[in-house]
Amino acid sequence: MSKKEKVLDKKSKKAIEDIAMNGSINNSRKLNFDTSWQYAPAPESTDHFKLKKKYDLFINGKFVKPTDGKYYKTINPATTETLAEIAYGTDKDVDKAVKAARKAYNEVWSKLPRKEIAKYIYRIARLLQERSREFAVVETLNGGKPIRESRDIDIPLAAAHFFYNAGWADKLHYAFPGKSPQPLGVAGQVIPWNFPLLMAAWKIAPALATGNTVVIKPAETTPLTALLLAEVIQEAGLPDGVVNIVTGFGDTGAAIVNHPDVNKVAFTGSTKVGKIIQKALAGTEKKYTLELGGKAANIIFEDAPIDQAIEGVINGIFFNQGHVCCAGSRLLVQESVFKTVIKKLQDRIENLIVGDPMDKNTDIGAINSKMQLDKIKEYYEIGKSEGASSFQSSCNLPKKGFFFRPTLFWDVAQSHRVVQEEIFGPVLTIQTFRTVQEAIDKANNTAYGLSGGVWTDKGSKIFNVVNKIRAGVLWANTYNKFDPTSPFGGYKESGLGREGGLHGLTPYLKM
Amino acid sequence: MSKNGIYTPLDFKNVDFNVSIDEVGVGDRLARIKSRSIKKASKVEATLMAINMIDLTTLEGMDSPAKVRQLCSKAMRPHEEYENIPSTAAVCVYPNYVALAKKELKGSGVNVAAVSTAFPSGNAPMSIKIEDTKFAVDAGADEIDMVISRGKFLCGEYNFVFDEIAKIKEVCGKAHLKVILETGELETLDKVRLASDIAMEAGADFIKTSTGKIQPAATMPVTLVMLEAIREFYYRTGKMIGMKPAGGIKQHKDALKYLVMVKETLGEAWLNNKYFRFGASSLANELLMQLVKEYTGNYQAPEYFSID
Repeated sequence: MSKKEKVLDKKSKKAIEDIAMNGSINNSRKLNFDTSWQYAPAPESTDHFKLKKKYDLFINGKFVKPTDGKYYKTINPATTETLAEIAYGTDKDVDKAVKAARKAYNEVWSKLPRKEIAKYIYRIARLLQERSREFAVVETLNGGKPIRESRDIDIPLAAAHFFYNAGWADKLHYAFPGKSPQPLGVAGQVIPWNFPLLMAAWKIAPALATGNTVVIKPAETTPLTALLLAEVIQEAGLPDGVVNIVTGFGDTGAAIVNHPDVNKVAFTGSTKVGKIIQKALAGTEKKYTLELGGKAANIIFEDAPIDQAIEGVINGIFFNQGHVCCAGSRLLVQESVFKTVIKKLQDRIENLIVGDPMDKNTDIGAINSKMQLDKIKEYYEIGKSEGASSFQSSCNLPKKGFFFRPTLFWDVAQSHRVVQEEIFGPVLTIQTFRTVQEAIDKANNTAYGLSGGVWTDKGSKIFNVVNKIRAGVLWANTYNKFDPTSPFGGYKESGLGREGGLHGLTPYLKM
Repeated sequence: MSKNGIYTPLDFKNVDFNVSIDEVGVGDRLARIKSRSIKKASKVEATLMAINMIDLTTLEGMDSPAKVRQLCSKAMRPHEEYENIPSTAAVCVYPNYVALAKKELKGSGVNVAAVSTAFPSGNAPMSIKIEDTKFAVDAGADEIDMVISRGKFLCGEYNFVFDEIAKIKEVCGKAHLKVILETGELETLDKVRLASDIAMEAGADFIKTSTGKIQPAATMPVTLVMLEAIREFYYRTGKMIGMKPAGGIKQHKDALKYLVMVKETLGEAWLNNKYFRFGASSLANELLMQLVKEYTGNYQAPEYFSID
């Protein structure tokens, strides 16, 4: 940047600031949230269950050793301690699993009366609820998410997906009147590490309800709750081979996707891997759904209920450490309320408790893996070098484990990498806009189109804006609300197909 | 500018009539606040703090001098056995008991608050409200808890409400003014926010939810909205306004949730009885019971706590 440009830049920055100046906010007035009264540690107990030392593959209703005899360690990202050893499944194991699933489909599952299928799924849902505390604790230990979230959101929602889909199992003819919905056969599913059990439920429940059998691979860093789910499936008495769980790495997932006897592929994960899968499946008869990345715009108009919008923005980006594909990671704020919003966001962030995920008061837990933490740190540096202003909370981070402070970036432009690329961490970029059209244009100006949010007191504005944003899910005056009855999925590079609701059944059926 | 120069009313035009509050969003924020787990040392500390924030209140038609005396003694020494337990912040009585309470509390540091302006309805001519307040101030009240004219507010005569508060503030002199919005009659959170803004701009030192005579009295959504109004006012003017939820807070756990709200909305500077009060009577014994349980490991029967 030349000297002249620099001066101009400074000037224009100042000018923008003056325009955006909401005269009422004075930055010298600071609230002190480092209060002398603090919450004492409130750790959730772990003595009500015991993890096994070693977990095998779940194939044909039994836990079996991997063919190559290889295991890898799964850790607690908050402490980096090893939790258990996990079987590393190869293509041979995947082949065994697919064969078991095919056999179960041909001989048992496809011949069962539909209402019997429903019974099994209901049973899984109820067993999940019964063991919800154990599931929540293991989810938090293995994934790093705060116990408050796994307890209040992940596990109840996973059970809800089984309940909801169980209801459809014997009513498919009513779901698609005039058609003859038939299962596809064997569904191969690959799921991510951000919502390990919930994603498993999201995939397995509709597959079973539509009469398919399943081979699923949990993410390598977070296999434990899927393996506990295998125990639940055993306990529920599902016929052998109806659900097979093969743990492992990327090559294990690739083996599932590429297996010739898989009829349908469901993948949730990065856009990069999604593209590879789409290429691999081109020209095959396999049906597939891809639920990929996002870079959602959360738009605050000046007439919004600001204090509640702040809470929604916080929830939108810092839920699950920002490891959420539909996270509201780009905040667009109308100029006249920009300063107020920045100030209030900073105050709110200072109140977020970052640390031990097992503490009931923790708001932001551990970053899922070292790899992800490095990626977030890299983006933080990129943001700084691109010239963004930033704010991070002043909290202390634990010495061990993978943690990152909640971060705000502003003075960013549409061309900045931190605005364009999915960071998948607790990092929010903030831009301003003047007109409604500008907000819509900026919201749509990304390769993704998974979700978005609109904050305004005007109902007409809500309908106007949400109809012009190309994203699969749009929330108005709220964010990150999920329900099994509601379809979820993306436009553009955020994927294709819908999961959840009635729409979520169709990818598993031929009609 | 008032004649004695004590108080300059702020400009009515500073009140922003366009602030909107989303009830569902308030609920979301509260869900997080309510999920805070307060245990052990943190719980004891908060309980002691809460006792010290109470305006111990008796506002009955049948109040007697003996009752007021008993209230004062309880306020100064909430529990006979434990000396570390602080006094309450104030006692709150009708104006005719101010002189008595003042005498009883002499030297204790416990303030006397008087309800005023034709409490609880506020339906009286301005001249009578002024007289009412003057009487209490002359009798030595440290704090005046006035009510706003909800009838006027609800029919949109905001100027009237603003002027009424500003006028009473003038009459208060050195006494602190708490403005009761009677949120149970204001219907929406938007109105609660507007009434808070008007009261603060007109000179309130404290804003207070309720008289305790109308249901619902203090609720968490209303209190959160008022705390956020106080925060905004502080950002804008640098003035710190106090908050007093009154009526309906009976449980120890609820009291702690209110403190969490204060901690996470306004922070350290407000976590003391200069800026936060509970208007309550039965809450005191509930807090004491929890405190004694923390000290001894056992719950004591209610008979072991003096009624006020």
